[in-house]
Amino acid sequence: MADKVEFELVSPEKLLVSQPVDMVVVPGGEGNFGVLAGHAPMITTVRPGVIDIFEGDRIVDRIFVAGGFAEVTETRCTVLAEQATNLSELDRAAVEQEVKDTGEDVDDAKTDGDRALAEGRLAIARAKLEAITGATAH
Amino acid sequence: MPSLKDLKNRIASVKSTQKITAAMKMVAASKLRRAQEQAEAGRPYAERMGRMLASLAANVSSDGEGPKLMTGTGKQDTHLLVVISSDRGLCGGFNGTIVREARRQIARLEREGKTVKVLTVGRKGRDQLRRTNPKNVVHSYEDIGRKRLSFAEADMITAKVLEMFEAGEYDVASIVYNKFKSAMTQVVTFQQVIPFALSQSDAAEAQADEGQAEAKALYEFEPEEDQILAELLPKNLSIQVYRSLLESAASEQGARMTAMDSATRNAGDMINKLTLTYNRTRQAVITKELIEIISGAEAI
Repeated sequence: MADKVEFELVSPEKLLVSQPVDMVVVPGGEGNFGVLAGHAPMITTVRPGVIDIFEGDRIVDRIFVAGGFAEVTETRCTVLAEQATNLSELDRAAVEQEVKDTGEDVDDAKTDGDRALAEGRLAIARAKLEAITGATAH
Repeated sequence: MPSLKDLKNRIASVKSTQKITAAMKMVAASKLRRAQEQAEAGRPYAERMGRMLASLAANVSSDGEGPKLMTGTGKQDTHLLVVISSDRGLCGGFNGTIVREARRQIARLEREGKTVKVLTVGRKGRDQLRRTNPKNVVHSYEDIGRKRLSFAEADMITAKVLEMFEAGEYDVASIVYNKFKSAMTQVVTFQQVIPFALSQSDAAEAQADEGQAEAKALYEFEPEEDQILAELLPKNLSIQVYRSLLESAASEQGARMTAMDSATRNAGDMINKLTLTYNRTRQAVITKELIEIISGAEAI
């Protein structure tokens, strides 16, 4: 694996990751996709889920993102995410609580706008929980 | 002529004021540094967002069927001004200039027969605008970024702006804020955000990018361009709001630092003057007493 792809993970508050990697798997809006060097240029949405960073054949890093956008060129893969946490830093109990709390927010929402916001948060919390469950199951 | 005791008190009070202003200056300086770092950290995201938007817009705008956030409502009747000021005073002309610009814009738009709605961020702007333009101010936020400005707060303001847009409450939205130039100078900036206009620099950047190795990178889009754009535009608005909040926060600290610096210097001048008066008065008292003693002795 001679060619590497420059992976960047950016949140509005800072540049989180910027490193050359062998491959990244990004949870795209229309399904997961892996990016190797020389990937066709592409712009896509990212749904809440886990980004896997590969060195060789091993996953070296797993990062949870709460949705965003990805721009892929032949040499670069840039992910714009609003929230990103390393999977190992997520606490199962806290996330379960979050799912419960946001679920209640959806029920309590008075206006449609509030409801849509709360539902968005619920979806993110659920994806987070799923990511943890998936990680421990392996 | 003030008595010696009065002068002494006066000097003591000016001295303690000077201590306060000097401390405020230090605090503002360190806050300014933090604000600048934060603004710096937020730049990569905004840059990449701009690049993506530019390449997307190049693909979409040609057919003229873009999302409303980009093409506008087709009218220009109602304007929304988002005025960003600070919560606290003692920062020189910071809030004054922002409010003056906002009033000028309101007056200009109303002369053109348009309706103007104002959304204020920060207590000072709200108070001053409410006094002169009570009917224009529709909503206000306070205590934004009190500890550390977070993106979530910018998102919250954006959500309100978008909600109003979707409800058809206005056609054009602009942000009025202080752009940070240096610690000494802030530039009042009037920036239109809805309908979205691609800034010159972003477009140029995208072209420069394309000109480079990625010779006319023709992106694939997944899902369709307009769908991505529909998601990207609100995000971009959040970023714009976030950035102007950051700029404004940095400007505020810069303005405060400058104001406090000159206040400290003025206090120093005042102390010098008062001390001089104090010493002269003291001398005068001594001379007077001496004369009294001498003339008393001579009389004997």
